[in-house]
Amino acid sequence: MSSRVTASSPHMHLGHGTSQVMQLVLLATVPGFTALFFCFGWGVLFNLLWVPACAVACEAVVLKLRRRPPLATLCDCSALLTGVLLAAALPPTAPWWLGLLGSGLAIVLAKQLYGGLGFNPFNPAMVGYAALLLAFPVEMTRWLLPRDVGDALPDFVTALGLFLGQETLTPIDAYTGATALTLFREELGGQTVAEFWQSSPVLGHWSGTGWEWVNGGFLLGGLFLLYRRVIGWQIPVTLLGALALLATLFHDGGSSASHGPPLLHLFGGASMFGAFFIATDPVTAATSARGRLVYGALIGSVIFCLRAFSSYPDGVAFAVLLGNFAVPFIDRCTQPRVRGQQK
Amino acid sequence: MSLPTSPRARMHGGITPPGNKQQSLRHPIRRLPLPPQLIVPVEQRGEPLPELLVSVGDRVEQGQCLARGRGERAVSSHAPAAGVVTDIGTQPLPDDQAGGLTCVTIATAPSTASTRCLPPLDPARCGSEILLQRLRDAGITGLGGAGFPTHTKVLAAIGRVETLIVNATECEPFITADAALLQERVDDVLRGASLLLQITGASRCLIGIQDDEPAAIASLQAALADARFQLCVLPARYPHGAEALLVHVLTGKEVLMGRPAIDYGVLCHNPATLHAVARAVLHGEPLISRVMTLTGAALRDPGNYDVLIGTPVATALQACGLDEWQHSRSLAGGPLLGVELQQATVPLTKTSNCILATTEAELPRPPPPQPCIRCGLCADVCPVRLLPQQLHWFSRSGELDKAAAHHLEDCIDCGACAYVCPSAIPLVQQFRLAKTRLAEQRIRQQQADLARERFEAHQARVANQQRLDEQRRHERAALLQRKQAEAAARAQAVNTVTPASTPSPQDVIAAALARVQARKAAKLAAAPTALPPEGEAPP
Ligand code: SF4
Ligand code: SF4
Repeated sequence: MSSRVTASSPHMHLGHGTSQVMQLVLLATVPGFTALFFCFGWGVLFNLLWVPACAVACEAVVLKLRRRPPLATLCDCSALLTGVLLAAALPPTAPWWLGLLGSGLAIVLAKQLYGGLGFNPFNPAMVGYAALLLAFPVEMTRWLLPRDVGDALPDFVTALGLFLGQETLTPIDAYTGATALTLFREELGGQTVAEFWQSSPVLGHWSGTGWEWVNGGFLLGGLFLLYRRVIGWQIPVTLLGALALLATLFHDGGSSASHGPPLLHLFGGASMFGAFFIATDPVTAATSARGRLVYGALIGSVIFCLRAFSSYPDGVAFAVLLGNFAVPFIDRCTQPRVRGQQK
Repeated sequence: MSLPTSPRARMHGGITPPGNKQQSLRHPIRRLPLPPQLIVPVEQRGEPLPELLVSVGDRVEQGQCLARGRGERAVSSHAPAAGVVTDIGTQPLPDDQAGGLTCVTIATAPSTASTRCLPPLDPARCGSEILLQRLRDAGITGLGGAGFPTHTKVLAAIGRVETLIVNATECEPFITADAALLQERVDDVLRGASLLLQITGASRCLIGIQDDEPAAIASLQAALADARFQLCVLPARYPHGAEALLVHVLTGKEVLMGRPAIDYGVLCHNPATLHAVARAVLHGEPLISRVMTLTGAALRDPGNYDVLIGTPVATALQACGLDEWQHSRSLAGGPLLGVELQQATVPLTKTSNCILATTEAELPRPPPPQPCIRCGLCADVCPVRLLPQQLHWFSRSGELDKAAAHHLEDCIDCGACAYVCPSAIPLVQQFRLAKTRLAEQRIRQQQADLARERFEAHQARVANQQRLDEQRRHERAALLQRKQAEAAARAQAVNTVTPASTPSPQDVIAAALARVQARKAAKLAAAPTALPPEGEAPP
């Protein structure tokens, strides 16, 4: 036996690496993306291929500039995951430059400028999304009408045209329309919820047609992550709980002043996606279990308030960023009691 | 047969790594063949050098006393086997990286002479002093962790504890030495516990054991007849064996980190020590061997062995069929708390409970660390409820005061945090370093404080002296003025009474006296300047 540098104890490791965690999260997005693809067609696929590629490329370039070994860092899959999450949030009509810009903002501005993985206070995918939303509100809210509503989904060529930014060739207005959340905010117009539900084809069983499938898909993936203990229950449960509670309080018995039934909120927009995939990002969430309860509830409440009282139809991105902002305060107030110290 | 009691509290967090205990429990306790050479440590850390009773070239018998400790806490050391002393000098030991301790090296020779024992004692007719002296003479130190001399620990506990805790929770993977001892020699362990109950005056004995060692539990249950003894079975979870945590789990008393359990009325010992106590008192056997686990995938014949103290690690591993090809490294202790051995020539000591000769496949080295992703898993498992993640940031950036405010010094180095960390950050290593730095900083701070206090006291004394001097000077000046005025007045009176006549002899004498007095006063008034300069006032 030769003498060599000794490692400190412990000499045993659970063996779940950061990259495995990221890979499990990637795997868990499969049902959500399947539903998105089914409901909104080819555009989803273009986003899914293009945006992560941009994110990884941006990461590689920045690492090169920062003189870090790119390969070791890229292997942690975090840039890939950021890209995939951003792809899930972009509308299926997004042209290529939107995805490129978004992932550039996410990786360079929100992540690497702060020092890379683990040092970023804000969720990179949501920074990218929110910046795009502020800069390009038209492009960013141009959602397609889901399958079975309106005429038809754009075929492959049309979708490719949209992706390549050839809008003159593809009259986009034929395909797009308001989402259920937007409708509820803008067009209730004196009807009760029940009447309104009857009149609009955009509304499905519980929530927006198609959207309920997408949310169901992300819920399924989220349950998988819970089962594999990749994420804790605290954030999703309190986030959805706060959202449902506020929605119930403001449901107002379904009158014309209603902000929509709770199920519309739980299964509408990016609720499930945000609750299981965005707010649970460990880097930008609160640390302790108690802190995560507060953090989840805060984001859930803000989502509802933004949906009900702001001019944005969905508020997940802004709510998460606000939650990120509050993390240092939450962490300070919820620091656990050390064993043996006085209560 | 007694029914187990249930624990009084739950340990926070903890981990459940794979136990890997079967490998070493397939055979009963065996003896290793007599090693050709024994390196017996005779010095204790932090104690004065022992009084050596042998010199190089002497022939020794098994059990013969080699050295007697000089300090209050020092114990004797004995020859584990007969042979000839070939060397006395400092040797490296497995559990310490910096320097070694004085060891007596013996070239063993088979001997027909019987073991030299001390006379057996009858505890019913011995006072605690005699029993404690016996523990000392038989060289009994804690066989679990730090190797603290048993007689000192027991002495401190006399009259102060009501509970003796037997720490049979071998919570670390791979280690089964205590379990094997409890399966085969449970009676001696319980006798040792009874002896300590007798000496300390404690009223009950709680035996803590984990549910992953059913054979040991069964053996204990069968042997327990005394109502003072209670068995408490804990769910298998690391690190239940840490003393402060075990006391909390078994008694519900939350022990402050760093405070001895004795302050909470509890004395903790592990089964191996109790076994040695019983052998020393009832059979007069000095501590010359101990049961330890030699295991790991690199050994063809892993198991629990009764090993002579001082057996070189390499000899012991070879006797168990070490596979040199597969072997990647050896750990003294388990995989979570153990120390990687630098050289295989080091001897096994009284505190060696396990040598893990492992392979790369069994215990792969950790992957290179990645940045912390703030997942919080480390805080979930920390049994002390620290925030390892925050401690990691603080120790990385050198903010030691913040780390201290987050109770870095309460960390017990258990490694649960590093075990689960997905980024494979060497947290324990960082914490150890930060703790060392913090300790250094504290010492420096103390020294600085002391120096400052001394300086301030000195300044105050000097100022006081100055004030006093000043006051005295004023007083003297005033006195002088008064005297001069008086003298002048008297002189004037003499002149006015006989202005024309020649002065009478009395007047001449009076005038001379006044002059002398005036001179004296003037000298006195000038005196303070002749005092030593202030700076040289005695400190
Ligand atoms: S090594 Fe220290 S910080 Fe880590 S789990 Fe153990 S006690 Fe907690
Ligand atoms: S387990 Fe590791 S990666 Fe997770 S918070 Fe703790 S130190 Fe950071």
